[in-house]
Amino acid sequence: MLEPINIDLAALNITSLLPMAITIFGALSIICIDLMTKNLSKSLYTVLTILFILLSLGAVLGYHGDSRGFFDVVLVDGIALMTQIIILVTSALFVPLALGGRRFQEFAMAEFYALFLFMIAGFQFMVSSDNLILIFIGLETASLSLYTMIAMHNRAKAHEAAIKYFTMGALAAGFFVMSSLIFYALTGSIEIHQIAEVLQTKNFEPLVAVLAGTVFMLGALGFKLSMVPFHTWTPDVYEGSSSALAGYMSVVPKIAGFVVAMRLFEMLIGSGVVWLENILYICVVLTMTFGNIVALVQEDVKRMLAFSSIAHAGFVMSAVLIGTTEANSGLFLYWVLFMFANLGAFTMLWVTRHRKNLWDERYQHPFSKFSGMIKIMPVNAVIMGVFMFALAGMPPFSVFWGKLYLMSAAVNNGFIVLAIIMALNSAMAVYYYMKLIVYMFLKEPVSNDESIYTSNTSTTLKVIIGIAVLVTSISVVMVEPLLKMITNYVTLSGF
Amino acid sequence: MDHILSLIIFFPLVAGIFGFLVNKDSIRVYGITVAALEFFLTLALWVSFDGNIAGFQFVEHVTVISHFGMSYHLGVDGISLFLVILSTFMTMVALIGLSIKKDAKNLIISVLYLEMTMVGVFLSLDVILFYLFWEFSLVPMLYIIGAWGSDKRIYAAIKFFLYTFAGSVLMLVGILYMGYLYHATTGVWSFSIPDWQLLVLPFNTQLWLFGAFFLAFAIKVPMFPFHTWLPYAHGQAPTIGSVILAAVLLKMGTYGMVRFLLPLFPDATIYFLMPIAIVAIIMVIYAAMVAYAQEDMKQVIAYSSISHMGIIILGTFAINAEGITGSIFLMISHGIVSGGLFMLVGCIYDRRHTKNMSEFGGLAISMPTFATIYGIMLMASVGLPLTIGFVGEFLSLIGFYKVSWIMTLIAGTGIILGAIYMLTLYKRSFFGEITNEKNRGLKDLNGRELVALVPLVALVVILGIYPKPILTPIDASVKKMIVLMEKKAVTQKAKDFIIKVNTIKGGE
Repeated sequence: MLEPINIDLAALNITSLLPMAITIFGALSIICIDLMTKNLSKSLYTVLTILFILLSLGAVLGYHGDSRGFFDVVLVDGIALMTQIIILVTSALFVPLALGGRRFQEFAMAEFYALFLFMIAGFQFMVSSDNLILIFIGLETASLSLYTMIAMHNRAKAHEAAIKYFTMGALAAGFFVMSSLIFYALTGSIEIHQIAEVLQTKNFEPLVAVLAGTVFMLGALGFKLSMVPFHTWTPDVYEGSSSALAGYMSVVPKIAGFVVAMRLFEMLIGSGVVWLENILYICVVLTMTFGNIVALVQEDVKRMLAFSSIAHAGFVMSAVLIGTTEANSGLFLYWVLFMFANLGAFTMLWVTRHRKNLWDERYQHPFSKFSGMIKIMPVNAVIMGVFMFALAGMPPFSVFWGKLYLMSAAVNNGFIVLAIIMALNSAMAVYYYMKLIVYMFLKEPVSNDESIYTSNTSTTLKVIIGIAVLVTSISVVMVEPLLKMITNYVTLSGF
Repeated sequence: MDHILSLIIFFPLVAGIFGFLVNKDSIRVYGITVAALEFFLTLALWVSFDGNIAGFQFVEHVTVISHFGMSYHLGVDGISLFLVILSTFMTMVALIGLSIKKDAKNLIISVLYLEMTMVGVFLSLDVILFYLFWEFSLVPMLYIIGAWGSDKRIYAAIKFFLYTFAGSVLMLVGILYMGYLYHATTGVWSFSIPDWQLLVLPFNTQLWLFGAFFLAFAIKVPMFPFHTWLPYAHGQAPTIGSVILAAVLLKMGTYGMVRFLLPLFPDATIYFLMPIAIVAIIMVIYAAMVAYAQEDMKQVIAYSSISHMGIIILGTFAINAEGITGSIFLMISHGIVSGGLFMLVGCIYDRRHTKNMSEFGGLAISMPTFATIYGIMLMASVGLPLTIGFVGEFLSLIGFYKVSWIMTLIAGTGIILGAIYMLTLYKRSFFGEITNEKNRGLKDLNGRELVALVPLVALVVILGIYPKPILTPIDASVKKMIVLMEKKAVTQKAKDFIIKVNTIKGGE
């Protein structure tokens, strides 16, 4: 006979689940509203979604409980809190993009907003747990919502993208489960900290099994983080989905992936088993170099941004490899700064979204589309230029500070060769970002019709772009407080 | 005058932002006014500058990122003072001489931003701040070359950008490593140059760091064999772009050498001295020979710039007061002279839409004033005594004479070669009968061009005869730096070398 289990309600630490509960509640209430009244404006749903996100953000910011909750399944440490803040802020900046000048089918449907909130909840679970099963559930909730949202764009390319992402994602999910299974078989636990303890006492024997588990996990996370050689889906999926969603996808799912990678791999690298460090080293170098090289030859701005986001992910993954507090803080600093520049760049593409492919049969945003933009729309061209220079890592714009901090973390911890590779990659990346700048500033315009560039403009979009460009250009004054906050959170959770 | 340096840096930025509001018909006057005000600000700086103090003056220090040791740290000494004045002066002159009408607003605003980055590079005492201005200076120049240049402008602009950017990212790794070393030694994060100058580094570390910094500066100067971007950039750039590029941007490289390489890595400097000097001599002679072979007037001056930069590097690596002071003076004089020559080429290009020497001939008949001013500038470029070009070249070479007389002799032939290609240019374009009918009846220089060129001619003559007001403050700061180098050097060889080249041997 089983012993009765006594649960003290206080020990459950319910408040640790409050942020996710708010987003899930928000999703459900949007579905209910849609059930009761039809034909509500998309602006209502957008604003409601933002409100729920803000409420959830409030719950995260005001959290003062124990870091463990719910039978130790939930882990709300500094990193979890900070990542949730990043995810929620990015989401709050993304949702208003639905209010573009043109009508799109997906934004008219309430389901889109409900799925969006479910996705946020999924990511929130994923980052605030070190239980492999809960991480998996969070990952899948988020991914399934995301696949559907991509498909809701309802173009042939969007369907292709969704299916491609789904099949690849399913494979990655399989890898994840296999890896968890192996770790469970080895240690009898699915909690990362316990796995670490048991592996430590067993001195990482049998090595083959640990290796297999790690490789499967690297594959699974590699898909999510679009690391080479698991990156093949990225450009097609970005191209197929709307620019706004592509920008979102290049930021939020990845930060969630980074957190899981940090929790798992840094434990394993800390073990002193050399091969993992080597595998990760190769992966990081390959990812940034390959992403940069392929980005050089792209003819479409969106595909170029997709490959460049692969390179950025590789760059940031180096923080996991280095593994010190400084490097981990650098990861978050980089990603926050990258988020604004990247979101801005994709929003600029979103603004120029046109019903037809006017410039090229194959691509929505070929480089030639932006020819001579400075003559037609100087302000837009300058703003896009700022985002490009920021992404390229030109000082004094945002991403430069992240690069600087990460490279200095590499130098300070003896990874000088890695720092040099990072520097050379930055030099390579400048070329393709500059290609767009050259088209915008130095070439003659193809058409003087301003309206084709602004068909999707609206005040809301302008405000979002304004925020992004402001943060990108004055980031030099933001780095200090941001870094203080990030370092504080990272040290709190012991990374 | 507490914040005069900040004012000098950010005045062009603010003026550039407000420039968007100015109507495009009036933008030229606006640009000239702003540049003139900026020039007067730097003159005010010179007036209140105390030439007897060798250290940094008007220092401003605000911590920006304390975690990282980055601060907003400005200061000026004898080495940087005249480069700042040169930057603002040449910007003003170039704007006065500007003849481009198309999209003049964008051009002038870009020039103002460029001015900000130029003075920023020379005034920064924090290395990260320095790097920030250093990199950002590429952006306006990219736009100026790429948008207003001639046919192959985009290729030239990209080449210029990528070359210099690729060189400087490795410098960034060097900067970060240096910051790490400073932290490891003192326990404090700092990127301030005065702090770094006090740090004594082991010999092997110096070699690596020297390499990382040197590459960035060598590409900027540009040293042989990294010089290939320069003829393209000059050939395609509009006149104002060439003027600023030759007069100021190239000087950033040599300034970086004086400011960073010498005081931070004295042993490595002495270790690499001979190879660098050999490359510099190759530069002097090779570029002079290539200049002789050019048909395009502008290319001749572009290659002559490379040749003169070789002498500047030679003077810098003489590691004695004469050589370094002379090389800094040569930076200024070369800025004035090459800027002036590029403007003159611009004048004739505006009239004839060609820069090919074979198209000219007998210009002295149709344009006497032009020919006179061109002649004076040319003589200054060759280094005729009593012109500004002589002082710097003479001091640089006399400085290097103490290192090696034979190498100085070889470098000296560069001056002879310089006279050959410059005088050939002058003969083919200006002397003789008018062979090409298009050259007959060309209008001589107009008022605008004279306003821009006459101050340059005046400076060439005045500073050629009496260079002392500029040499004294430079000399004070240079001497202080050499004393520091001698104290800091870790190897006995380097110490002996510095003492050797700085003493005058009497009757040995």
